[in-house]
Amino acid sequence: MSGPSSGCGFLMSVVVHGDLALSEQEKELNQRLRSLYPAVSDQETPLPRSWSPKDKFSYIGLSQNNLRVHYKGHGKTPKDAASVRATHSIPAACGVYYFEVKIISKGRDGYVKYMGIGLSAQGVNMNRLPGWDKHSYGYHGDDGHSFCSSGTGQPYGPTFTTGDVIGCCVNLINNTCFYTKNGHSLGIAFTDLPPNLYPTVGLQTPGEVVDANFGQHPFVFDIEDYMREWRTKIQAQIDCFPIGEREGEWQAMIQKMVASYLVHHSYCATAEAFAKSTDQAVHEELASIKNRQKIQKLVLSGRMGEAIETTQQLYPSLLERNSDLLFMLKVRQFIEMVNGTDSEVRCLGGRSPKSQDSYPGSPRLFNSPVHKASSSQTYQTSTYYIHKFFFSASIGKKNILQKSGLLHQKKTFLVPKSTCFLAAEVEMEVDHFSNGVSESSSNGFLNGSSTHGIDLEELDSAQSKRQLCGGSQAAIERMIQFGRELQSMSEHLRRERGKNSANKKMLKDAFSLLAYSDPWNSPVGYQLDSIQREPVCSTLNSAILETHNLPKQPPLALAVGQAAQCLSLMARTGSGSCAFASVDDYLH
Amino acid sequence: MACLLEAPLRISVLSEVTATSRHYVDRLFDADPQNVLQGVIDMKNAVIGNNKQKANLIVLGAVPRLLYLLQQSSSSLELRTECAVVLGSLAMGTENNIKSLVDFYLSYYCLLCSDLIFIEACLRCLRTVFISPVTPVQLLYTDPTVIPHLMSLLSRSRHTQEYITQIFAHCCKVASWQSNLFFSIEIIEHQTVLFNHGAIQNIAPLLISPSDKVRMQALKCFSVLAYENTQVSMTLVNVLVDGEQLSQVFVRMMQRDKPIEMQLTAAKCLTYMCRAGAIRTDDNCIVLKTLPCLVRMCSKERLLEERVEGAETLAYLMEPDVELQRIASVTDHLVSMLADYFKYPSSVSAITDIKRLDHDLKHAHELRQAAFKLYASLGSNDEDIRKKITETENMMDRIVSGLSESSIKVRLAAVRCLHSLSRSVQQLRTSFHDHAVWKPLMKLLQNAPDEVLVMASSTLCNLLLEFSPSKEPILDSGVIELLCSLTQSDSPALRVNGIWALMNMAFQADQKVKVEIVRALGTEQLFRLLSDPDTNVLMKTLGLLRNLLSTRPHIDQIMSSHGKQIMQAVTLILEGEHSIEVKEQTLCILANIADGNTAKELIMTNDDMLQKIKYYMGHSNVKLQLAATFCISNLIWNEEDGSQERQDKLKDMGFVDILHKLTQASDPNLCDRAKTAMQQYLA
Repeated sequence: MSGPSSGCGFLMSVVVHGDLALSEQEKELNQRLRSLYPAVSDQETPLPRSWSPKDKFSYIGLSQNNLRVHYKGHGKTPKDAASVRATHSIPAACGVYYFEVKIISKGRDGYVKYMGIGLSAQGVNMNRLPGWDKHSYGYHGDDGHSFCSSGTGQPYGPTFTTGDVIGCCVNLINNTCFYTKNGHSLGIAFTDLPPNLYPTVGLQTPGEVVDANFGQHPFVFDIEDYMREWRTKIQAQIDCFPIGEREGEWQAMIQKMVASYLVHHSYCATAEAFAKSTDQAVHEELASIKNRQKIQKLVLSGRMGEAIETTQQLYPSLLERNSDLLFMLKVRQFIEMVNGTDSEVRCLGGRSPKSQDSYPGSPRLFNSPVHKASSSQTYQTSTYYIHKFFFSASIGKKNILQKSGLLHQKKTFLVPKSTCFLAAEVEMEVDHFSNGVSESSSNGFLNGSSTHGIDLEELDSAQSKRQLCGGSQAAIERMIQFGRELQSMSEHLRRERGKNSANKKMLKDAFSLLAYSDPWNSPVGYQLDSIQREPVCSTLNSAILETHNLPKQPPLALAVGQAAQCLSLMARTGSGSCAFASVDDYLH
Repeated sequence: MACLLEAPLRISVLSEVTATSRHYVDRLFDADPQNVLQGVIDMKNAVIGNNKQKANLIVLGAVPRLLYLLQQSSSSLELRTECAVVLGSLAMGTENNIKSLVDFYLSYYCLLCSDLIFIEACLRCLRTVFISPVTPVQLLYTDPTVIPHLMSLLSRSRHTQEYITQIFAHCCKVASWQSNLFFSIEIIEHQTVLFNHGAIQNIAPLLISPSDKVRMQALKCFSVLAYENTQVSMTLVNVLVDGEQLSQVFVRMMQRDKPIEMQLTAAKCLTYMCRAGAIRTDDNCIVLKTLPCLVRMCSKERLLEERVEGAETLAYLMEPDVELQRIASVTDHLVSMLADYFKYPSSVSAITDIKRLDHDLKHAHELRQAAFKLYASLGSNDEDIRKKITETENMMDRIVSGLSESSIKVRLAAVRCLHSLSRSVQQLRTSFHDHAVWKPLMKLLQNAPDEVLVMASSTLCNLLLEFSPSKEPILDSGVIELLCSLTQSDSPALRVNGIWALMNMAFQADQKVKVEIVRALGTEQLFRLLSDPDTNVLMKTLGLLRNLLSTRPHIDQIMSSHGKQIMQAVTLILEGEHSIEVKEQTLCILANIADGNTAKELIMTNDDMLQKIKYYMGHSNVKLQLAATFCISNLIWNEEDGSQERQDKLKDMGFVDILHKLTQASDPNLCDRAKTAMQQYLA
């Protein structure tokens, strides 16, 4: 999220200095809002950023980017009261929401009644002070009373006047609200608040001026500290959540999930070891897992031709029945040819690969977040984080680890590296966790190569002198020929099965690579990134599993996806605790 | 018959138990060291979690033998370590167990051994012994080599850090109610010993230790070191831990996601540093962090113990600072939050849950006294806050019943609270009178310990102020005798309060009351008080005299019976080495005497006194000049009998010239006063 004027140039900023300051402020605002309310989706539920020029009474004047409010009515009777609401209501996904109002002037002397600061729902009369009507809540400066949808106030806090900073905090978890004065919490003012309230101020004295801070500036009150407390509370709640009546059931379920996950992604050595140590049956032949692993490795290292061949050999009818999948694989093969990594072009004298596994990782999960060069690590650790998510979601991770047999398993199988494991804080050791197991395992099946890191570096350094199809003329010709075959396959498919826009786009994007002299640095160059092999790999893996009547997605991934979905549903239905329970927190 | 049968049976069971226990002890005396070792290990396994077994072994004399084995350098390290472990385990039992283990401290020199596991086992035992309330703290300080050695062991391991800081934290600790002089001197001594051995430099880095336990114990250690200790506090503010100021480290430990114990202890550290003058009361780390943190500790969500400590610490923090009191009074509804402290045991707990009732009962006194203390501190300066407190539900009733509670701590805190509120004129006139607080207060004054007496009599002083409606009923209850006896106390604070109350009582009082005061006090005691070493006592005694000598008939009456002594006392004070305030007050008494009809003559006939007045009229201090001039002015006042003669005499003595000079004085009051006096001559 960059500032809106980020592209509009140097000249502008020289001419209108104010605009530069504005964009700086905007940047600070965005930054602060993002760090305070990370769970809020700004597209779905925008945060309040200023007062609304549309949602106000006529006696209200706005200035300074709609942050300053002044009163321009007569201020003789309560009938002259006037309010303004913020541009948007407070999203539940904030968990805890906070804004501050600084009293620039309490208005002309001699007027006894003045401002109220608070919250109101959309549609509440703006010719009133906050708090006087239904679904309206306010803290008034003249008497320090709180008004909870009523014309009569309750004694609440001190009075406030020029120079004071009044803050209003809405807790969307327990639906309460408290105010602050000059950085000091005044205690709960309202309970049982309805959802979708807007920050609101009301004035009724000539000369009254107040400034809002929706995050443009640092707050006087330490709201982060308050949020920390609630984050801890929510997380403790999750950690202490009761998990089934019978001891062991939960453990067995976790073990099953872990095992199925390992099998799904064909970590056969680990899966075998885990199953053994936790006394489980694996629902797939070991040979079958190994086959899948082989295919996946080929895909991920960019050797698509071999991958397709092997698939056809091992699962003869799979690609025949699933022509879209085959098409996708072939398109990927084309891309790999351009890249110079596919076996068909490599053997034609292109750049010889440094290692057989030029792509280190394994299939990436569902919507795994970061795509970095160090993907092998990211991937494996994130796998681990998923484990951790489920473990810590129950009691304490160590406990569960022990129960699930994972810790036990580690001791058994990680003996060669046991020194670091005995420290058992678990953290990054996972890296060894998958690699290490296989190294010491007897069947010689590697889950990945231990030289990945080096490999990647070399690839990276080679990137500057990358050449089409590895620079071999014969390879280029083979690639062009393959492109033609692909084109005809596409036409054939269309004739047989009708139009398929996804296929069409896929092919178009792939062919577009040839339009650039340096495809790697072209707008379509992303396709050449090894990360793009992952969706292909997981689609193929899922298809193979389906033929064996096994789930397309591992239950673990499904559960993580469900948890994420559940959180966004909570945000939509107004459960504020979703703010402090992000799935990512548990995957870290 | 049944009884007869049962008794021997019980004995046999007992002997069986001791027989197995004896077996364990016997093995400690085996000739083969290997058997001894196995015996100790078996004993270790037998006593874990078994208090009865522990008690048996102690009775059978296992401790001295274990100590002996532990201290023998000929014993194998393994054996010595196991002995330390068993002793540590025995110490974990009941208080009686600890008592028998107190001697363990003697074996501290075992710590000279270099084996870490052995040292840790010894320290664990030592720690358990020292954190027990039955162990005299003094033990740690008897041998001057112990502390330096412990300091040197700090760096050995996380465990040594944890145990040693825990020992230190318990060895200059004193329960807050033992706040009398003797204890505080001792605490400061202990703090200083630890300070001089580099406790701060050695322990500060532990505040960022990766171990939670070490961090917590280090923090506790600082909280006890800094308590009422300026030297330690001043050093603490300048300590850097990993480039960060210590106060900032403490602030981080108060973050709301930290364990409550850590937040509370960090807040204590900052509170003590602030009270010792090392941190300003308007520093953000106090105003925006420590104070709100302590208010949070008072909330209903906290454990009862935490609420007690939170309230006491907060009361201590803001006691001297009205701004902090104002902020606290509006923070998180503190005033009404404290009202909850009086609701234990709650009616619910009584019915539903015996365990909870027991827990509530145990803390009920503590909670009440903490709340009273905090109310006292909150209301000590600001009238609005006092009003808010007295308007809190049933507050006055609670204070009144608190005054007669069985727990002395609660009584003391309640009277402190009452005292704080009694500084309000409005409250004296209204709620104090409505609730007849003087009654329990008077009762409290009979046979109370000095601490309570000081507070209660101080409160009484305020209740005896002239505008207080409680003054009359108190007078009728025979308070004068009580106050007079207070003036004879050894405690200066009590003497001040006694005489102060009498002074207030005499202000604009009836002749009858005044006579009664003079009679009950006795002139002898009055003059003893005039030579009291405590200036406060002297000032209030002069104040009493001045109040007694108001209105003309009273002046004449008292001067006719005690004139000689009073004039003597006045002379003595004017001639003595006293502060300006004392002399001013004395001159004012003289001025009052000069206002009497017959009393005047006591001055007019005393040329020495007149010379003194003359001297003070020419004094460099305006206040004294003013008081002396006032006196002369009274003497020469026209409308009274014999004024002409007095004017003449004083004129002859040169007073007119002085008055004339004073009419040119730069001080407008003095100038006015002199002019008024001069007019008497003109009329």
